[in-house]
Amino acid sequence: MDFDLMLRVYPFFIEAAWITLQLSVLTTLLGLACGTLGAMARLSRLRIFRMIGAVYVSVFRGTPALIQLFILYFGGPQIGIQLDAFTAGVIGLGVNIGAYMTETMRGAIIAIDRGQTEAARTVGLSRFQTMRYVILPQAARLMIRPLGVNINALIKGTALVAAISVVELTYTAQRFIGSTYKPFEMFMISGALYMIIIYATGRGIAWLDRRARIV
Amino acid sequence: MNLDFTVIPAYLDVVLLGAVWTIAITVAAALLSFVGGIIFAVVALYAPLVVRLPFRLFAWLFMGTPLLLQLFLIYFGLVQIGIDLPAFVAGVLGLGLHFAVYNSELIQTSILAVDRGQMEAARTLGLSRGQALRKVVIPQAVRDVIPPIGNNMIALLKDSALVSVIGVSELTLSAQLAIGRTYRPFEFYVLAAAVYYVINLGMEAVQRRIELRIAAAR
Amino acid sequence: MTEPKPFVDIRNAQKSYGALEVLKDISLQVARGEIVAIIGPSGSGKSTLLRAINDLDPLTGGEVWLEDTQINKKLPHRQYEKHINQVRQNIGMVFQHFNLFPHLSVRENVTLAPKLVKRLSEDEAEELAREQLEKVGLIDRIDYYPSRLSGGQKQRVAIARALAMKPKVMLFDEATSALDPELVEEVNLVMKKLAEEHMTMIIVTHEMGFAETVCDRVIFMDKGVVVEEGPPSRIFRNPDNERTQNFLRKHLANANR
Repeated sequence: MDFDLMLRVYPFFIEAAWITLQLSVLTTLLGLACGTLGAMARLSRLRIFRMIGAVYVSVFRGTPALIQLFILYFGGPQIGIQLDAFTAGVIGLGVNIGAYMTETMRGAIIAIDRGQTEAARTVGLSRFQTMRYVILPQAARLMIRPLGVNINALIKGTALVAAISVVELTYTAQRFIGSTYKPFEMFMISGALYMIIIYATGRGIAWLDRRARIV
Repeated sequence: MNLDFTVIPAYLDVVLLGAVWTIAITVAAALLSFVGGIIFAVVALYAPLVVRLPFRLFAWLFMGTPLLLQLFLIYFGLVQIGIDLPAFVAGVLGLGLHFAVYNSELIQTSILAVDRGQMEAARTLGLSRGQALRKVVIPQAVRDVIPPIGNNMIALLKDSALVSVIGVSELTLSAQLAIGRTYRPFEFYVLAAAVYYVINLGMEAVQRRIELRIAAAR
Repeated sequence: MTEPKPFVDIRNAQKSYGALEVLKDISLQVARGEIVAIIGPSGSGKSTLLRAINDLDPLTGGEVWLEDTQINKKLPHRQYEKHINQVRQNIGMVFQHFNLFPHLSVRENVTLAPKLVKRLSEDEAEELAREQLEKVGLIDRIDYYPSRLSGGQKQRVAIARALAMKPKVMLFDEATSALDPELVEEVNLVMKKLAEEHMTMIIVTHEMGFAETVCDRVIFMDKGVVVEEGPPSRIFRNPDNERTQNFLRKHLANANR
């Protein structure tokens, strides 16, 4: 292992990790928004919304995220969407992970006992009130862990934007592998940084999950 | 709008050939990940500590880093130590090992969930621990784990697009080839997406049938 | 006349989990062809004792012998494995929860060990399975999977599975406790049949009626010791020990409720 080299290049990786972190945070936020909308659509009373939700989930989970990203970034200009690579990355990955989050959220909501809905409705709560005050507070707790799994996948998924030349961790690793021919060293540095981000996120999720249980 | 889908037919055979390679790489990597998953699970649970610990480290590293990064490591790393694998083999190896680690986690949980009485009953009949694992515990564990492994295999199909970056001429790279000639990324990436979607639907249908068969056999 | 050599010989069996003593210096001899019932309240250590006989729950002290072989020999891991697999072929065991292999058919459940352990051919194992299933009256269920059998049928298959190894001793660990009352009898009948064939049996049970009619000897255990033992007629009609009397009184009261 060439530690000298690792010491010389690691500042570039720190910078790249910062980009990966930004990508992860923004993608998570967009994913949660898409997931919430998606879950609402999937559980809507209106057939048209349910169908839109189902198509969203099916198409975005049924095709590779990489292809979705390429359609947006390389194909976008043809239909008048011109985005820089970073923005395309956030939107592409966010909408993609949103489809997975839709299913996570929907799963948590329908896992709440049907008896809860019936009890709420019999005391006179409206459909909306039942959702807002009875179902969602319970479902939100159930969601934390599985959403954590989605976020974990998403952080690793940000590596895909290397393919559209966003200078994040994997792209940086790839570039330095190409110039130094030291794949193990580059893997160790970038891998360690990914692990730190993922580990910290995991701890955060676990903390949220514990807190939600006490409430 | 600058769209022209009439360019597709001329390159349809290129893209479909790519699809065949995508299916081939998915099936090969799926098999590797399944067999590897079982072996990894047994190692993680039953191997002596000196084997188990480095293995846990390896699994932890594989689960905490992106597949794309791992593909770079395997492809370029093997070259560095003098093993020059064809891109296809490197791709199968990378995808297969990556998903073997994930499958192994599922299989481990499942092995531990098989009732303790099963091992006991097998041992009282005189089966060795290895025989009891092979004939009694693992078949049950694997059966229980087929639905979630099916999900992993469907994820594998979509992740197989990543091997295009190490030069495996599968569906994604074939689409890029057509794009290089026509400068029509939108059309060909949408086409590739549609083909992936169809393969995905096929896999889901197979998964549903297998699940029904399992449910019926209970 | 000399005492016949014991067939199963438990000498000073001790078992503890940390500070908790489950078996306190128990010695018990069983003769060839003898049928022994072990009764006692839950937590008395009776199942632990039974499971020590084939070393499923290894003792912390004492020895268990089957004829001239010490079962719980201290050996290096590999040798122990070889030894115990050898020994266990001679000791059949039937569990409370059947422990049939759910992924295998009745036939495969019964033939698995003969094929793997005794290296019987497919045909030999098949013949053996048929013979044993005939005995427990389930030959017509040979192609079924366990999920399609009733509890009583499952337990009878489990007995056939154990018998297929041609054991010298059969251990029954509350074989009928998990069964609905109306299914108990069919299992009891099979066990009676084995008794008539002079199979050596050690039976942990809650069923006093069965113990009384079928067994040659009854052992009453409580808190890790053998409190009292003797022929069923005496233990059930006229026990000496106060703990035995209390246990039987409570048990009868429950049974009659």
